[in-house]
Amino acid sequence: MSVRRLAKEQPESFTFKPETLEKANWWIAKYPDNRRQSAVIPILWLVQKQEGWVSEPAISAIAKMLGMAQIRVYEVATFYTMFMLEPVGSAALIQVCGTTPCMLRGSDKLMEVCKSKIGAKDKLSADGKFTWQEVECLGACTNAPMAQINDYFYEDLTPENLAQIIDDFAAGKSPKVGPYNGRHTSEPIGGATTLLDPKLYDGSATKPIKIPNAPVPEANA
Amino acid sequence: MAKAKVNGVEVEFDPGMTVLQVAELAGEEIPRFCYHERLSIAGNCRMCLVEVKPGPPKPQASCALPAAEGQEIFTNTPMVKKAREGVMEFLLINHPLDCPICDQGGECDLQDQAMGYGRGGSRYAENKRAVEEKYLGPTIKTFMTRCIQCTRCVRFSTEVAGVTEMGMISRGENAEITSYLEQAVSSELSGNLNDLCPVGALTHKPWSFNYRPWELQKVESIDVMDALGAHIRLDYRGPTVLRALPRLKEDINEEWITDKTRYAVDGLSRQRLDKPYVRKAGGLQATTWSEALSEVAGKLKATSPEKIGVIAGDLIDAEGLKATKDMFSSLGVNNLDCRQDGSKIGRGARETYLFNTGIAGIEDADAILMIGTDLRNEASLINARIRKSWLKGDVQVAVIGEPYDLTYDYVHLGAGPKALKDLKKHAFRDVLKNAEKPVVLVGNGAISGSDGAAVLNLIASEVLSAYDVVRADWNGFNIVHQAASRVAGLDIGFVPHGDGLDTEAMLAGGLDVVVLLGADEIDTSKLKGSFVVYIGHHGDAGAAIADVILPSAAYTEKSGIYVNLEGRVQIAERAVFPKGDAKEEWAIMRALSEAVGKTLPYDSQSDLRAKLIADHPTFGRIDVKPSQKSFDVKTLGAKGEVSDRVFASNIKDFYLTNPIARASVAMAECSAARAPKLSVAAE
Repeated sequence: MSVRRLAKEQPESFTFKPETLEKANWWIAKYPDNRRQSAVIPILWLVQKQEGWVSEPAISAIAKMLGMAQIRVYEVATFYTMFMLEPVGSAALIQVCGTTPCMLRGSDKLMEVCKSKIGAKDKLSADGKFTWQEVECLGACTNAPMAQINDYFYEDLTPENLAQIIDDFAAGKSPKVGPYNGRHTSEPIGGATTLLDPKLYDGSATKPIKIPNAPVPEANA
Repeated sequence: MAKAKVNGVEVEFDPGMTVLQVAELAGEEIPRFCYHERLSIAGNCRMCLVEVKPGPPKPQASCALPAAEGQEIFTNTPMVKKAREGVMEFLLINHPLDCPICDQGGECDLQDQAMGYGRGGSRYAENKRAVEEKYLGPTIKTFMTRCIQCTRCVRFSTEVAGVTEMGMISRGENAEITSYLEQAVSSELSGNLNDLCPVGALTHKPWSFNYRPWELQKVESIDVMDALGAHIRLDYRGPTVLRALPRLKEDINEEWITDKTRYAVDGLSRQRLDKPYVRKAGGLQATTWSEALSEVAGKLKATSPEKIGVIAGDLIDAEGLKATKDMFSSLGVNNLDCRQDGSKIGRGARETYLFNTGIAGIEDADAILMIGTDLRNEASLINARIRKSWLKGDVQVAVIGEPYDLTYDYVHLGAGPKALKDLKKHAFRDVLKNAEKPVVLVGNGAISGSDGAAVLNLIASEVLSAYDVVRADWNGFNIVHQAASRVAGLDIGFVPHGDGLDTEAMLAGGLDVVVLLGADEIDTSKLKGSFVVYIGHHGDAGAAIADVILPSAAYTEKSGIYVNLEGRVQIAERAVFPKGDAKEEWAIMRALSEAVGKTLPYDSQSDLRAKLIADHPTFGRIDVKPSQKSFDVKTLGAKGEVSDRVFASNIKDFYLTNPIARASVAMAECSAARAPKLSVAAE
């Protein structure tokens, strides 16, 4: 992580789309009127959903909407690395996990693929379609190495898989989400090896248990 | 009172105090960077660690820990020392070792505390962090690499100054203090940020690289840039005052001063009048005191007293006013006025022109009505106090007059006299009526001009008597003065005698000789037909039209008595000697009186002070705020027609209100950096 600053080139203005505004108002309504600024993080997130990133005009608009100083919104936007302060790829924002388990399972190779296909880290690609980043642990260590692309996890990746995924995004397709080595979520490859007894799942293995001090049920209840 | 033990010594404390405060009660000094008495508690520097029993077996941040009954606090155990040494080592990991070139060097908290808790050498071999400099305006110079992220500046600007412009962006090692998009900090109190900074990250831009603190000699003085009489310390080296810093004075300035008070001192070295001048053949020519005095004396003797007028300016000490008044009264001159702004006050009881509630007393108010005052620019520190009680939710504020940005919310009742008359129809009427301690602040903008007295009378009838603002136990009537010399002038009676002319009438022409005692805030072009004697220290508007200039000493160059707007008499000490041939105003008057043959009966300043106290006993009580007394509000002003106008402050540019500030480069820069907003708004 390096120093986070606002992008050099900023749009002229920012306007909330009606659906963003509706959701923003839903968040604001959750808090007392004099505590509107509590909604700043969800609204920054909504704005990022709308625009792909958080611009300076957007920060000013949020500050105005919540009745807080611009610097306070700026503080929040720079604190959380999930808020993008520069425009990101229109097709995909690829966040490759580089923390120890993924690194041991070959995330370096994934990043090499990104570098060769997209370009430098944290920079918008030349065609404007991709941005890739190295991020800290995304909590899918079982499926290492993995990457988050836009809103979904792409797991158990190989350099070839990732190259294909990038090509698919570039072609406007939506590649399959989840593990790429054939397994279901984080189950072992080839299917489950334990807890196979179907009785575990039909309820027949359960025994009535006595809860101490539980109220005695009514006779005919 | 609860009891706790500090290092085995039992102390009593008020419930609600923190462990740090309790330890200080016991006389133990706790090192700290982020904690400040007047700011909210952040608890992020971790320097104030102490050991507390009962409690977890680890050091605790004493600034944020509430003290409890029966607590045992240890501030000198090996554990505490080791913990603080650890904190200090971490703070110094990224702090540059540039103390020899740092402006804070010699008065730096980090430097001092590193002496107590720092290691001899660093164990950190990695590169130090570097942080880009920021632009924070004309008063703040940044060396952000030195910042230890205590956030005092962020809290001060948000809480006290009322401008939420500073913040800390990013996080962890990359955290940086900045303002939004590096806009200049717009507060008139911004210099205090530099004072608060415990390291050399924010330093005083106007004074940068000018001095080392140990070279300076110090003298305690009183500020004259506004009427508050803030307690300041003047630091000087040789003949030059290099800086003005606030002194602690709970009743007046707490520990803040405005940027004008602080940074206008460079104006004392520029545009100075250091020799007497006489206008000859169209130009001013340097001359000797004897020639200049005989020129003035000859003119005064040859002119009948009705044709002589004296206007006193805003920065004059009481001695100068007293000597001037005595001297011209002895000549029979009745045209005396110390009210350059033409406000119609000063004839009645002392309470009719004082800030009766008091500067500290304003915090007791539960409802405030401001009439024609831009309090933020006229008395910034009173404004900061109102903001303080507004933040606590203790006060409701309404404004009649031009609506200015006061850093807190208020109800705007209207612009002029009509709003005063309609107050009884407005909902704020109930706030005033129900208030136990209502306060009315009246600015000079409302009560100057031809209908000033009538407005004052209107205020008395529509507000003061209607809402019981002035009672036996509470006096909520306050005049917001802007000039340091004004209350002393009114106390001395430096106002027209009998049918004498006031400032406005004197400027209307018809006078043969006009003496300007440091008076520059008037329309001097109206004095073209008169013989003008200017007594002052700066080549400003008055000097430009003068026929004779008698150079006088500025406030740093003489010991003088000033009376602040509360009526508190204060003595300022001399820091440096007057420039060149300049003399104190009273000494000039003493010499002039001899030249006109009406020698004043005092030969020294102490004789003059004795006479001053004998004639006006209020001057005998130094540094005492007069107790609140009620007065008959019916005596305020005079009945008359009130014209419909907007009550606007007569301060057009906060940074350029007096000759010293106008000669100051720092003030010019402040004015340029902070004024443009006004012109944008006007478009």
